[in-house]
Amino acid sequence: MSAINSAHSVVEPSPTSKHIAGAIVILYALITMVPLAWIFLTSIKSPPDSISYPPKVLFSPTLEGYCNLFTTRTRQTPDYIAALPAPTSTCDEVTRKRNMVIAGPSNFLPRFVNSLVIAFGSTFLAVFLGTLAAYGFSRFKVPLADDLLFFILSTRMMPPIAVAIPIFLMYRELGLSDTALGMILLYTAVNVSLAVWLLKGFIDEIPREYEEAAMIDGYTRLQAFWKVVLPQATTGIAATAIFCLIFAWNEYAFAALLTSGSAQTAPPFIPTIIGEGGQDWPAVAAGTTIFLVPILVFTILLRKQLLRGITFGAVRK
Amino acid sequence: MTLSHSSIVDKAAETAAKATPAPIAVRVRGLSDRAIAWLFIAPAISLLLAINIFPLLWAVYLSFTNYRANRPNAVVEGVGLRNYQRVLTDPDIWQAMQTTAHFVFWTILLQMLIGFALAYLIDRKFRGHAFWTTIVLIPMMLSPAVVGNFWRFLYEPQIGLFAYAVSFLSGIPTSQIQMLGNVSLAPWAIIVVDTWMWTPYVMLICLAGLRSIPDYIYEAAEVDRASAWRQFWSITVPMALPFIMLAVLFRGIENFKMFDMVTLLTGGGPGSVTEVASITLKREAFETWATGRSSAFAIVLFVAVFGLANIYVKALNKVKQR
Amino acid sequence: MRRITKALLGATTVLTISTALPSVSQAEQLTLCWAAWDPANALVELSKDFTAKTKIDMKFEFVPWTSYADRFLNELNSHGKLCDLIIGDSQWIGGSAENGHYVKLNEFFDKEGIKMDDFVPATVVGYSEWPKNTPNYWALPAMGDVVGWTYRKDWFEKPELQKEFQEKYGWKLDAPKTYDQLKQIGEFFQNRKIDGQTVYGASIYTERGSEGITMGVTNVLYDWGFQYDNPKKPYEMEGFVNSEDAVKGLEFYKSLYDCCTPPGSSNVYMTESADAFKSGQVAMQMNFAFTWPGLYKDEKVGGERIGFFPNPAEKAHFAQLGGQGISVVAYSDKQEQALQYIKWFAQPDVQAKWWELGGYSCLKAVVNAPGFAASQPYAQAFLDSMAIVKDFWAEPSYAPLLQAMQKRVHNYVIAGDGTAKEALDGLVQDWTETFEDDGKI
Repeated sequence: MSAINSAHSVVEPSPTSKHIAGAIVILYALITMVPLAWIFLTSIKSPPDSISYPPKVLFSPTLEGYCNLFTTRTRQTPDYIAALPAPTSTCDEVTRKRNMVIAGPSNFLPRFVNSLVIAFGSTFLAVFLGTLAAYGFSRFKVPLADDLLFFILSTRMMPPIAVAIPIFLMYRELGLSDTALGMILLYTAVNVSLAVWLLKGFIDEIPREYEEAAMIDGYTRLQAFWKVVLPQATTGIAATAIFCLIFAWNEYAFAALLTSGSAQTAPPFIPTIIGEGGQDWPAVAAGTTIFLVPILVFTILLRKQLLRGITFGAVRK
Repeated sequence: MTLSHSSIVDKAAETAAKATPAPIAVRVRGLSDRAIAWLFIAPAISLLLAINIFPLLWAVYLSFTNYRANRPNAVVEGVGLRNYQRVLTDPDIWQAMQTTAHFVFWTILLQMLIGFALAYLIDRKFRGHAFWTTIVLIPMMLSPAVVGNFWRFLYEPQIGLFAYAVSFLSGIPTSQIQMLGNVSLAPWAIIVVDTWMWTPYVMLICLAGLRSIPDYIYEAAEVDRASAWRQFWSITVPMALPFIMLAVLFRGIENFKMFDMVTLLTGGGPGSVTEVASITLKREAFETWATGRSSAFAIVLFVAVFGLANIYVKALNKVKQR
Repeated sequence: MRRITKALLGATTVLTISTALPSVSQAEQLTLCWAAWDPANALVELSKDFTAKTKIDMKFEFVPWTSYADRFLNELNSHGKLCDLIIGDSQWIGGSAENGHYVKLNEFFDKEGIKMDDFVPATVVGYSEWPKNTPNYWALPAMGDVVGWTYRKDWFEKPELQKEFQEKYGWKLDAPKTYDQLKQIGEFFQNRKIDGQTVYGASIYTERGSEGITMGVTNVLYDWGFQYDNPKKPYEMEGFVNSEDAVKGLEFYKSLYDCCTPPGSSNVYMTESADAFKSGQVAMQMNFAFTWPGLYKDEKVGGERIGFFPNPAEKAHFAQLGGQGISVVAYSDKQEQALQYIKWFAQPDVQAKWWELGGYSCLKAVVNAPGFAASQPYAQAFLDSMAIVKDFWAEPSYAPLLQAMQKRVHNYVIAGDGTAKEALDGLVQDWTETFEDDGKI
């Protein structure tokens, strides 16, 4: 990949092999997208369409899944429904067709908000603490630094359930069970090890001479860190933040064991969405779609930083 | 920690700073390096101490007791090594370890093969490869729990898309394609989902490996008229090997801990054929509430991963040095 | 540095506010925790009356049965404040009483004049008492429930099927009275084409993750002679749990699973079973009685098309008890209001409305009322079933006891591991270990 290599280099693959390679990769990509496409399609199907055999590809789309996701409904007699005033929203209308009325909002929205608060809160904290610590490890001689770093990282090898046992007891004593603060602290602790490790690599790459020059120009160490190092490390910080965010957003085990309602996030909630007897698959699919969209957008928008982070993390070890 | 008060002192300090090496200059102006180092590192370390290390030590302590988290009022007694003895001789736990090993082995093998092949193909740099790489990556960004839950729907024998597709291609009636209900198919059902999710990750690391091979080596091989096959086996594979091994390490650790996806797909069933170690641990700790015994199990698991990973890293370093 | 401090301060403030937010504006609001099922929706409807009378808002946390025990036992054990009121499963009583999760209700009952004698005795023992058969009350019986069966009356009444069945088995196709009959009917319908659709014999409980298969298996095993322990010597299980009769019963359950269930039935509990019946896949369905009102109202399989029958009899005649009592959580800050809710709920007219809306009241005044048996087509089957109930262990160690049984029987029935004898022998061993750990043996 050096610049000297021209298109006619001996290592450049032949056009035929390129086409074949392209075709296979595209085929693979399309196949792996089928489950995701199916999630979306299911989310705009009516419940009967979603469980019809053979699986339906053509159907009339409906917002019923999304309505069911955001509301709770109770069954009523047709007479009762006929006596009601005209429906005020699409969801009202869809619900009444099934002989039900909307009884109130569902718990999905609060759970989704919990996910946002906890994921962004813990990401911010992890990156903040991680950047500071990474700078400390990178620029100063810290006694036992290598051992400390390795140990920090190795805590990530613990199965989450193993970590959850003492955390459960500790949070019970501290009253942190089922609180957003407890979850933020926990996710921060899990992420900070990765953040320190990734960020130390990024900061190591920034030449010390920059800061030293700045300090000679009259900056204090802190100013130099703030005005010289941080701007240089933005890409690294962004890459790290995405990783922390993805972890916190997707995490299931801790959330399932340490939260039950008030601070419960979306991942343990979505599988428990059920309709009247049986899983309401369109509603589950709707919840899944809404939950996946932010990550999809992130992945596509920030793919460069993401790629850099992954390969960088791997290469560094 | 000397802060100058007058401009004269200030100037003097500045002159001094310019004349002396950087570290001394800093000590003169503002916080000392040592103070900054601790100021920067301390918050992260104290958080880790509070939420990682302290609980870990607590778990170690609990593993020597008969404590049950659902009986806070019961008397806690030390039981010595009995918990460890029970964990290590429990056939169910060994069964779970075996199940985990089977899962880890096959997911890694499949992901390596497909992931490396994909990386190799993407490295051909066909037109639009950057875009398609991003598309290929998507599954690994998603929540294993939320997506695993949806795979349950895809696997449904009568109405699921997966069963339909397999039946369409193979002619086997859909009612017989019970991926999650059948004792011999269920372990493969979770392997398929894990492979679908994590092959992209392996692909990326392999791709980094392939791209780290300098072109001149291939050019030299071309000059020597080495066949493409020969080049692949004597240049590409050996030079990418450290990366491949790294991918194995990462996936190995992750899948050893596997909990969310399997819980939502099969919950360990049918029977116990997909009950991986984390699920057994969860049952012991949060359903049976045998906190002491499950802590012992947790420690055993941690030591196992930690030990295996260390041995592996040593092997990896040897490969790297070659 | 000042900017960092500012940023940090800002961030902390935002965090604190965002975490504090949910706890604001909950002054007069109670949270009731229960399972996500039809009766819960009925309770939402019923509770509107409570809110209207007391101005206390009701909030509900409903989770599916398969994660119900997991979630709420975890919540209780973590001493969480999510639930003020909980409708907890009957088997939780022992643990919740001994570990102080529930508020003891004796004093409150005395003060408010709520008498346990007014409730069906089986439900008082099953849902309220710990230790069993002593007047120590931890809950008010809220929802009576029991495992029974539904069948497709319309299929059973088809003349051509009646004829074919009579010729093949020598008796008239009708709701079965014995397990042999039940299996014959299952075999008869398995893979039969009815109205162009392939149908199957019966849907039975097989779920692994929570308590499903245990509820199904015990429901059948009681009738074959399975007992939890020696009636004369508590906790002596050898020869009772794994008696010859119990082994035969478990073998029967497996044979029923193998011969007569729809494909993909390896993880079936209440909702899945109800679904199989609703979608017209099965001729018979084992399920808790709570599903009956909903199924009877179903457009496709309800009304004239559905029939109900209690468990068949074999050597003995029992049915697995379900159902729950309503308790006040000891960690709640709003115990006063929570008690107010129970007081309201215990009133006879509220209980009568509860039955109307699809809940199963446990109040004698409701179920013994003259018109009750005829009030709904399933009322008689419910009364008959409630008369023969038996429950799983309600010991404080109920969870490990249940875990062991889930594993042993699922391994045998669904995964086909070992023999029935081995499964039950193993179960005795597991249970013995648990009771030894508890110091009960």
